[in-house]
Amino acid sequence: MILTESKPVEEIVEKLGKEKNIFIMGCGGCPEGAETGGKKVLNEMKKTLEQKGFSVTGIIEIDFICQKALIRSRLKPRTSEIEAADSVLVFSCGLGVQAASEVLDKVCHPALNTMTFGGITGMWHGKERCDTCGSCILDLTGGICPYTNCPKMLENGACAGQSDDKCETDPDRDCGWVLIYKNLKRIGKLDLLEQFIEPRDYRKALPTEKLRNSRLWAYDEEAADE
Amino acid sequence: MNKQKTYLSTLEQKLAEKEFAVTCEIGPPKGADKEEISEAAGFLKGIADGINVTDLQSSVMRMGSLTTSALLIEWGYEPVFQMTTRDRNRLMIQSELLSAYVAGVRNVLAITGDYTNIGDHPQAKPVYDMDSVQLLWTMQTLEQGKDLVGNDLTHKPAFYKGAVVNPGADTEAAYELQILKMKKKIEMGAQFFQTQAIFDAETFKKFMDRLEKEKIDVPVLVGIILLKSKGMAKYMNKFVPGVFVPDNLIEKMEKTDDKAATCIEIAADLINEVKSCCAGAHIQALGWEKHIKPIMDLVQ
Repeated sequence: MILTESKPVEEIVEKLGKEKNIFIMGCGGCPEGAETGGKKVLNEMKKTLEQKGFSVTGIIEIDFICQKALIRSRLKPRTSEIEAADSVLVFSCGLGVQAASEVLDKVCHPALNTMTFGGITGMWHGKERCDTCGSCILDLTGGICPYTNCPKMLENGACAGQSDDKCETDPDRDCGWVLIYKNLKRIGKLDLLEQFIEPRDYRKALPTEKLRNSRLWAYDEEAADE
Repeated sequence: MNKQKTYLSTLEQKLAEKEFAVTCEIGPPKGADKEEISEAAGFLKGIADGINVTDLQSSVMRMGSLTTSALLIEWGYEPVFQMTTRDRNRLMIQSELLSAYVAGVRNVLAITGDYTNIGDHPQAKPVYDMDSVQLLWTMQTLEQGKDLVGNDLTHKPAFYKGAVVNPGADTEAAYELQILKMKKKIEMGAQFFQTQAIFDAETFKKFMDRLEKEKIDVPVLVGIILLKSKGMAKYMNKFVPGVFVPDNLIEKMEKTDDKAATCIEIAADLINEVKSCCAGAHIQALGWEKHIKPIMDLVQ
């Protein structure tokens, strides 16, 4: 699940600026779980915007906005509402806003900030994060990723900034290297920490166009054209 | 006949000849002005074997450590150029190391660097393309006449390579991680260590015993921060990771009528207590540079 946070209403209103007619679109996927989306939130935003002098041309919730074919098919019967709008306010993660922006001819304003930076999560929400670095060294670090668990992305051990095993950047955050140490100690493999690790190859985090664009996206386009 | 060994720096020579070495520290100014640097350095003349030049310490934007190091050389001092990996990627790290060598810098201290969010530009993008171990490895690679991807250099630099270690890590995991990383740093070419500041001699002695057991034999300079006030002690206990000021010292600073005299006494006592088990002292005066001489006068 992708976690999102609501942008402050003042920021949204400022971004909408002189646009008066707004279409509201919400994702029925992750924002429902994060309670940053869902019908209630969308209706509240409609009320807020109307109080501030905006006119809301329509509201729709779509599961999931990251699916472009779904956006196209669900919005087809609502074309007039979108055409009447100056812009679209989207309650979704950054992926949904990107997908909606490609499908629609209007400016899509993000109503949310996407918060699961520092790596992507699995389909089932957990604490694990993957940085999609293309240089996986998890076998050397006790299965704990130093790129997503250490803000400095250190590869050869801890800095000296931790206090009570918490990170210097945030007293609530566990030191990633302490987690690595503890897990390697648990499985009797602390000697792995003696190995020197060379700096990672950042080219590997730049996949080819072919890899970046999965075939499923192409299918989306074809499905919509039918 | 033994050929006389040549040293890259006074600091290297002193540590190799087992003389008690003293390094001090200068923080470059926040502004385009060199007066402040020369004034601080003036107090260290004849006392410091090397002057560390901090590199945007605590992630606070200041004048650069390389230019400040070059100025010190111009004025007849020996700098210890501190280099963090927080603000430079691997291109810039290698480039600055070559520049440093040409500017006459020989002592280089490899540091990862505090995270950006604790400094005065918390919005900044941190770099951390490499860690401190990889920085030492980079120096070693350049010394062999190659860059990190194997291209030949026209001329090889040579450095006296230092690193840091924290003898006061507060948990078992943090402590063991310090030892592990120290070994790795040595393996990647670290020739001397300066420690995080200590205020408790026992903590330091225990750490040095551990190094002896591990057969780690590199010169270690004990880190000393001049304690200026009770408030400073409390602040460090709360906000400076890995630093612990014991209650008796806080009390001493609270009760004294002459803060400078007590500060001098505390620092000299600490150095005297650990002097026999380490190679030197690294004194961070934080503006009180003029008190370093009276401290060293008290060190036997």
